[in-house]
Amino acid sequence: MPQIIPFGPQHPVLPEPIHLKLSVVDGIITEAVPAFGFVHRGLEKLADIRDFHQMIQVVERVCGICSMMHAMCYAQGIEEIMGVEVPPRARFLRVIWAELHRMHSHLLWLGLFADSFGFESLFMQIWRIREKVLDINEATTGNRIIVAVNVIGGVRTDLNQEQMRWILSELAEVEKEIRRLETTLMDDYTVKKRTVCKGVLTRSQAFELGLAGPTLRASDVAQDMRMLGYAAYNELDFEPVVEKDGDCYARCKVRFRETLQSIDIIRQAVSKIPEGELSAKVKCRPDGESVSRVEQPRGECFYYIKANGKKNLDRLRIRTPTFANVPAILAMLPGMWLSDVPVIVLSIDPCIACTER
Amino acid sequence: MKGEMISVSIDTVVGETAKIKVEGYRFVTMSCAELDQTMIDILYHFDKDLELKHLRLTVLRDTPVPSVSPVYFAAFLVENEIQDLFAVRFKGLAIDYERTLYLDEEVKVTPFCKYTVEKTGWGVGSKQ
Amino acid sequence: MFKRMITESRIKSPWLLHYDCGSCNGCDIEVLACLTPVYDIERFGIVNVGNPMHADILLVTGTVNHRNKKVLVNLYDQMPHPKVVVAIGSCGLSGGIFREAYNVVGGVDKVIPVDVYVPGCPAKPEAIIDGVVIGLQKFHEKM
Ligand code: SF4
Repeated sequence: MPQIIPFGPQHPVLPEPIHLKLSVVDGIITEAVPAFGFVHRGLEKLADIRDFHQMIQVVERVCGICSMMHAMCYAQGIEEIMGVEVPPRARFLRVIWAELHRMHSHLLWLGLFADSFGFESLFMQIWRIREKVLDINEATTGNRIIVAVNVIGGVRTDLNQEQMRWILSELAEVEKEIRRLETTLMDDYTVKKRTVCKGVLTRSQAFELGLAGPTLRASDVAQDMRMLGYAAYNELDFEPVVEKDGDCYARCKVRFRETLQSIDIIRQAVSKIPEGELSAKVKCRPDGESVSRVEQPRGECFYYIKANGKKNLDRLRIRTPTFANVPAILAMLPGMWLSDVPVIVLSIDPCIACTER
Repeated sequence: MKGEMISVSIDTVVGETAKIKVEGYRFVTMSCAELDQTMIDILYHFDKDLELKHLRLTVLRDTPVPSVSPVYFAAFLVENEIQDLFAVRFKGLAIDYERTLYLDEEVKVTPFCKYTVEKTGWGVGSKQ
Repeated sequence: MFKRMITESRIKSPWLLHYDCGSCNGCDIEVLACLTPVYDIERFGIVNVGNPMHADILLVTGTVNHRNKKVLVNLYDQMPHPKVVVAIGSCGLSGGIFREAYNVVGGVDKVIPVDVYVPGCPAKPEAIIDGVVIGLQKFHEKM
């Protein structure tokens, strides 16, 4: 007879409420069924009361961690419908802030992941480094997390030469500190013991479940929405980070390498950024349909926008990366020990606020 | 809209999806939009090497739609979501939350419909 | 005497419980950031716990919706007396930007009594620490 063990919604490892009903036989999980709805707000429906410019503030609050990318994805969708050409400087600035967001999100995750297997000092160290990235956000935009730089047609704030130099010098320090943690995070015996061969997803499994982002790339599928070349990514030089094993360790490695990759992308963007306007003029109202995709820290984010020439949008549909990654939890958990649940659940980097909106 | 768009009907949607799966596409998601009081649009989005492909299914709200979750397991979540928000019934769901995925039992209305649909009468018809 | 000792140590070292009701994560992450070296709320003797029965202060971020209000009330009831509730972020105060959304009941004070309100979207870690310290004074008064 399997025992039913509830996991969540309030759980010390998870910063957010997700509820899993786990059927357990002798400490081994046989089935996992998730339950949602604890953070569902229904903000897609707010498109009925807010006009399409104001919706930027709402979509920024789909998720506080990757807020800038949500706004960027939304703005790109509207710009596509209206045929607005974003000035080159704005596109580069978007890349810079997007990569800063990716860094702080990945560092956040690396910390929480360390915490999930009980390595608290590593958690503290990583979050100490992360504060530096947040300081950059605060100094350049005025807010630590929800930076609110996007408007339809471009960006709102500029960076001057001095600020960019300062960002680079801060990032050099961040890089040094991250590299110092590399041996602990990647080679430590206890870390490996808890993560290697846990929650394995093969390449075909991952593809079939429709996963996204680092979870997919850790299973050897080189899929990165940045290769679409939105914003200024087509002018920058990078490769998707791919790992072969598909276990928790591989996912950790992907995210770790992406953090360093982000630093590199920011350096390139700063060196190539052209002078010019910050935003294009936006006249009239959107009419038509579009889909827009960006690569968020957790994977591919998908916006479907339907407008009808009025000031409110007809339909705004947001599919966030965690929504795509939830089936991975269901596929990975059966057969694992109960004590591995936090590690495996966290390995997809769940963001429940995103998932339920 | 970027990507190729194919129109399907209730009878062909599962078959088309299976065909797309054989072609090696990844399931991205589904979107649902209300056209008017009775008709809704369901879009299925697929992706292969960064190329999108969409299926468009336009149905009456009261007609049960066959689920594609036997083909792509990942579809069960989004189908449950549409079931919650639009009061469309999906047949053959892999995991059926019975319209309690997001909304609690005490919430009686369907938020995304421009007119109210009571929870008790769902699947049979919709009442004002 | 034993009782006095417990009372005094509860004031000196309160334990806090954090629950996220429908927050967008912004405030949530800032609460966690308070625990980490740069802000380090532990220097006030504050420890973050996972069990409501051990907690003295409840930090709530985000709006209340129909499903999580039961969880919230449940957590509140399980905490021992006296208890202090700190609502964080404009969402926790009034519903914030989401107040018109269909699944949102409103601020935390619609469901449980709130002692300290910390504004901001997201609330800054400094503000959260300030709120908790004010909460401590209230806690003292309730003793
Ligand atoms: S107050 Fe702002 S940052 Fe905090 S949970 Fe609400 S929307 Fe998010």
